[in-house]
Amino acid sequence: MNLEKVVFGFFILLAATLNFGFFIGDIARPELHHVYELFAAIVVNLIATTLKFGDRTQIGAIHLATSLVADLQLIAAAITWGVAVHVLQVGMTPEITASVVSLSGGALFANVVSVILLIAETLMMRR
Amino acid sequence: MSIVNDSVLFLVLRRMRTPLIVMILIYAISIFGLVLIPGIDAAGVSTAPMSFFDAFYFISYTATTIGFGEIPNAFSYGQRFWVTVCIYLTVIGWTYSILSILGLLKDDALQRALARGRFQRKVKNLSEPFCIICGLGETGALIAQTLDQVQMRFVVLDTRAEPLQELELGDYQADVPALNADAQLPSTLLLAGLRRPQCKAVLAVTNSDEANLAIAMTVRLLNPGIPIIARAEHAATAANMNSFDTNFVVDPYALYARRLGLAMRSPPSYQLVECLTRVPGSAIPELHQPPIGKWIICGYGHFGRAIVQHLDSMGLHDNIRIIDPRSTSPDDHLSIISSGTDANPLIDAGIKEAVGLVAASDNDINNLSIAITARELNPDLFIVMRQSTSGNSMLFEAFDANLTMVTTHTVAHACLSFLTTPMLSRFIREIEKQSSDWAESALAALLPICAGRVPFVWTTRINHIKTPALTQVLQHTDLSIPLSALMTSNRNRTQPLKALPLMMERAGKIILRPDADFPLHAGDKIIWAGSREAWNEQKLTTNYSNALNYVLTGKSGADSWLGKLFNT
Repeated sequence: MNLEKVVFGFFILLAATLNFGFFIGDIARPELHHVYELFAAIVVNLIATTLKFGDRTQIGAIHLATSLVADLQLIAAAITWGVAVHVLQVGMTPEITASVVSLSGGALFANVVSVILLIAETLMMRR
Repeated sequence: MSIVNDSVLFLVLRRMRTPLIVMILIYAISIFGLVLIPGIDAAGVSTAPMSFFDAFYFISYTATTIGFGEIPNAFSYGQRFWVTVCIYLTVIGWTYSILSILGLLKDDALQRALARGRFQRKVKNLSEPFCIICGLGETGALIAQTLDQVQMRFVVLDTRAEPLQELELGDYQADVPALNADAQLPSTLLLAGLRRPQCKAVLAVTNSDEANLAIAMTVRLLNPGIPIIARAEHAATAANMNSFDTNFVVDPYALYARRLGLAMRSPPSYQLVECLTRVPGSAIPELHQPPIGKWIICGYGHFGRAIVQHLDSMGLHDNIRIIDPRSTSPDDHLSIISSGTDANPLIDAGIKEAVGLVAASDNDINNLSIAITARELNPDLFIVMRQSTSGNSMLFEAFDANLTMVTTHTVAHACLSFLTTPMLSRFIREIEKQSSDWAESALAALLPICAGRVPFVWTTRINHIKTPALTQVLQHTDLSIPLSALMTSNRNRTQPLKALPLMMERAGKIILRPDADFPLHAGDKIIWAGSREAWNEQKLTTNYSNALNYVLTGKSGADSWLGKLFNT
């Protein structure tokens, strides 16, 4: 068992699960999507991205690309949230909530691709 | 992006992983803490904690130690406690990251990757023809200096770092791309531009025969069209290299033995050859007259064998005595088993009545010891010595043998004459056929031109690319242009240039020392010896019709349309 592989798999899965936890629930109801979950998803996604740095293989490149997409989507969701609450001061209306959650849904898709890659890579490895 | 730059980027990213993760965690913990701790308003009443945005904003300016003073409200004690922790955390985080980056800059792997990148860029930017020198030992350095003098570009590869540092400090006109890498690896040679169309030749002149062989083989396989010049100290290596068509195998010992044979047959011919093959600008070699008679050869290795062969061919078979510590079978020559460093074996070999001695062992100190003993026994002896290590130069100079064979110099001279004037080796073969009177008259013509220094030797090819103006006139007019046109200054046509035509090749035929009124044809190749100024001026004359016109007619006609307008 390789500890580095455990950490790598752990963060990729955790990024996907946290993202899923934030995404699940009625898309327009702000009480079902807590800001802490979004925060945790962003932090874990950033760490997962950093762990993917410096791998020259083709699969490594795709891994990094999916993570960068997820980061971008989640940060966009966070900025939308911040602008709506602090700048426009409209609060979490159903429309704003829907757009934040759908952005995180995009990130979830990228994270799922990442997990699929992880599984494919593991299966391809021969004992 | 190139492969090399890519690897630098990946290396940096890989090393930056831990510092980046540490920074992300520190930010996350700090922000999360601020979001949990309630604040306080002016009246002392507890308020809601900061929002995520406020917390991120506050940590951003605190963590970077910008210390921007904008705080929405005074902090509660809970917040103050936490912010104190945050400040220390983030400062430690940043310090750690910056130290990691600085450490990365000093990292060997990164420096190597960067050096490769720089080298690759420099080679890529070489637009002129260049050659690759593998091995920057004494031979390589001598070749590099001379090539730089004659304005040929080159790329240097060596496995040691010190000679490359000296190269950087050296006084070179051109910027020399150099890489500390093993030239035996195909990837290194490719990086040095082996497959680029501008690459004209590869020189394998490292100290190791094995490496030279590997380089020659790699070049032959990766770029079959390119000339390889390789140094081979052992006969087996030379034979091996010749077996796969190495263009020019430099066997310094065989070469030197051949020269020594020439010196015995015809001393002026030897002086002429040395004069044409040494590094331009060095002192003119003296006239040596190795006597014919009884010779003693100490050391029957590759060098000794080569010399004995040449002496045999001159009919001196019975006059050769060989002294060697190994019990070799010296091809039915009389031999003594001894190192020759003490007097007895030398006396046994007949040193008193011998005329010459060759100290040919591969140990410099033994050679010196042999030579000193021999000279004491017979002061009139003609002594030829072999010097392997350049560090011993002072000892050899102090002893002052009649001839000293310095391996590295012999190799360098041979490589240079092959590279700069490929026709020279043909001319040298012609010299070897000529009598000593012929060589003497050639020397008499050459010596006034070179003013005590070894002259530059160059080839002029009369064709559209090398000499456009001259070829134009030769092909489109009936004018007969004599050779003397190329020996006339284009500043003052009454003055001759310091250049001597040595040999002309026309349609495969050789004309030695052509006369000044010899008419030129397109397609001629001429070897010259002379000063660098004469060379440059001759290039100008053959390239620009104005200069050529002046040399031929004495009129400096204007060539531009503006000039023609004024003249009509």
